[in-house]
Amino acid sequence: MSKPAIVTPDPWLRLQSLTRARVALGRSGVSLPTREVLRFGTAHAQARDAVHQALDVQALQSELHEAGFNTCAVHSQAADRSVYLRRPDWGRRLAPDSADALAQQAPSLWPAAPKLAIVVADGLSSLATRSHAQPLLEALLPYFPELYRLPVVVATQARVALGDEVGHILGAEQVVVMIGERPGLSSPDSLGLYLTAHPRPGLTDANRNCISNVRPEGLPYADAARKLAFLIAGARRLGRSGVDLKDDSDSHALLEGDADLPALEATPPA
Amino acid sequence: MSYTCTLGLRRYAFGNLKNLLAKASPARSGDMLAGVAAASEEERMAARIALADVPLARFLQEAVVPYEEDEVTRLILDSHDTLAFAPVAGLTVGEFRDWLLSDAADADSLQALAPGLTPEMVAAVSKLMRNQDLILVAAKCRVVTRFRNTLGLPGRLAVRLQPNHPTDDPKGIAASMLDGLLYGVGDAVIGINPATDSLPAITTLLRLIDEFREQYDVPTQSCVLTHVTNTIRAIDKGAPVDLVFQSIGGTEAVNRSFGVTAALLDEANTAARQLGRGSVGNNVMYFETGQGSALSANAHHGADQQTLEARAYGLARRYQPLLVNTVVGFIGPEYLYDGKQIIRAGLEDHFCGKLLGLPMGCDICYTNHAEADQDDMDTLLTLLGVAGINFIIGVPGADDIMLNYQSTSFHDALYLRRVLDRRRAPEFEDWLERMGIADYRGELLPQGATQPLLALAGRL
Repeated sequence: MSKPAIVTPDPWLRLQSLTRARVALGRSGVSLPTREVLRFGTAHAQARDAVHQALDVQALQSELHEAGFNTCAVHSQAADRSVYLRRPDWGRRLAPDSADALAQQAPSLWPAAPKLAIVVADGLSSLATRSHAQPLLEALLPYFPELYRLPVVVATQARVALGDEVGHILGAEQVVVMIGERPGLSSPDSLGLYLTAHPRPGLTDANRNCISNVRPEGLPYADAARKLAFLIAGARRLGRSGVDLKDDSDSHALLEGDADLPALEATPPA
Repeated sequence: MSYTCTLGLRRYAFGNLKNLLAKASPARSGDMLAGVAAASEEERMAARIALADVPLARFLQEAVVPYEEDEVTRLILDSHDTLAFAPVAGLTVGEFRDWLLSDAADADSLQALAPGLTPEMVAAVSKLMRNQDLILVAAKCRVVTRFRNTLGLPGRLAVRLQPNHPTDDPKGIAASMLDGLLYGVGDAVIGINPATDSLPAITTLLRLIDEFREQYDVPTQSCVLTHVTNTIRAIDKGAPVDLVFQSIGGTEAVNRSFGVTAALLDEANTAARQLGRGSVGNNVMYFETGQGSALSANAHHGADQQTLEARAYGLARRYQPLLVNTVVGFIGPEYLYDGKQIIRAGLEDHFCGKLLGLPMGCDICYTNHAEADQDDMDTLLTLLGVAGINFIIGVPGADDIMLNYQSTSFHDALYLRRVLDRRRAPEFEDWLERMGIADYRGELLPQGATQPLLALAGRL
């Protein structure tokens, strides 16, 4: 004997093929059906875990080391996640012992005044960092074969602007911060890329260029690497990064017949 | 004037009204980030005790943000209505709280009082109030606005249908819009946050909703939530603009960071009113606000975020808007850390806006890095329903796939109607009945092949 239908279905399921939005969910009385409450709860749980799970720095470093990169780990002035969420200003500065250690170790690990430094930062989603930073670095190798000798700094409790201080200490010409973005309900693992030329403390978002939503379901590694390499070359030509570079890179993209290059997102950094 | 309070052996002094208000404010992360919050719980209570003794009239003499530097202050003080203020002119902040809770304060007397109150007075009294006080007084206020339907009538609750899509895909937007309408949502406005600011894209969206609205004769208004300058350009190009949207804040400097001034808003308001597209009224402005915006733009003048939020309402009321929406949990945990702070802020904003005579709604929402979840949203939704909120937001399944945050769902609105017996705007209610979407009591009807919107869904 089959059970009578308890949930009122929505006879417009077809709309689900037109959007990722949660349409045609049906209802139990006037409320959400159990299956949707569980589906939503799972998505929220994954997003929350992405925010709160600490980045496993040792594991990430050893993976990067095996892949051939020279890394070093630093920490911001935000002691833990709870402080990090309340004090974005502390997430933008290195802890004093980290700054000292970075300055001391740098000469033994990397050449002085590198053209490019990479900061791999946890940001608001360690899941994004752990999943996508290494594949993205490898996707960048065809553009930057010297990447194996350049600084790759793993940073925790970090905001985008932490890269300014790291780049400044290393004397880097440009810094790229690869950072976990604020997780969405259906995208807990988006990586953001921020390019800053002549990094030094005190710069603002206007000095950066951003590539957003890097993940296999969003902007795939190869496309992200191509866009980033393009921006890095553009910033080198222009002598600066930021708002001025955006228009320049778009017009170059068109000149090169690369019309399908997605528009660069100018979303504010974490 | 100095503000002091002695508790036991300890004497607390507060240099000025701005500091006193900040120290008296309920704890929240944004005020700590700004360095203006009380240093201890005792200091917070000392500030409240001192604040309770401040005469309301003092707020007309001591500005929180300097008059010379700030057009919002000038607007607030220059437009103050002394006659309307008279019934409470002799009261202190503490006495004003008692008066608001008393039977002397009813819908009519509160409506008459609104032009006599400044945002700072309203913010001050809110800091002495518990959540239930904020609810009780707000529930006494009545603010009715009109465009193509009537919003804010007693026993009514409206919902903004928010059919956002990450790439503004017309079919994706239409899918969410039809889903919402079939759930009886959309009387406050059908409002899209566009992914792009390009004028052709915005005009396309405006036409998309307007053609649909005309074809099915829907008694509601549409809005594409783009910058006011874009909307002015759209009006110039002859696009079907019902409402002018703009985010605003409580200082001239934060508004400058949004690219707006009172003069620009005046221009937009006049342009939209001149179109005369409203059928039952001509309230044409839709404002969004939220605690913390001034701090995030480094434009806070050392004032607390709740007082500055109330000042944004001081600017909003100049335009007799159709809708004012406090987007309470969108800004993130550095301003409102957790569910408790978001709930408190939502109640404060609704109370302050209503007392100042504004048609307040709330985007009851949170981001995934805040310490909040759906249970907190249920709590705030219920409390604001009890407080008589004019409208809330409706997003499919509470998940906004464009803005990446969680708001309230179509189902949430049905829940609130069911437990609090809140009905939709009367014109929209009639339309739903004519369309066979809901019955005469407002209850959703089962849908089948004869539903015209389902036929439309099949053609998308």
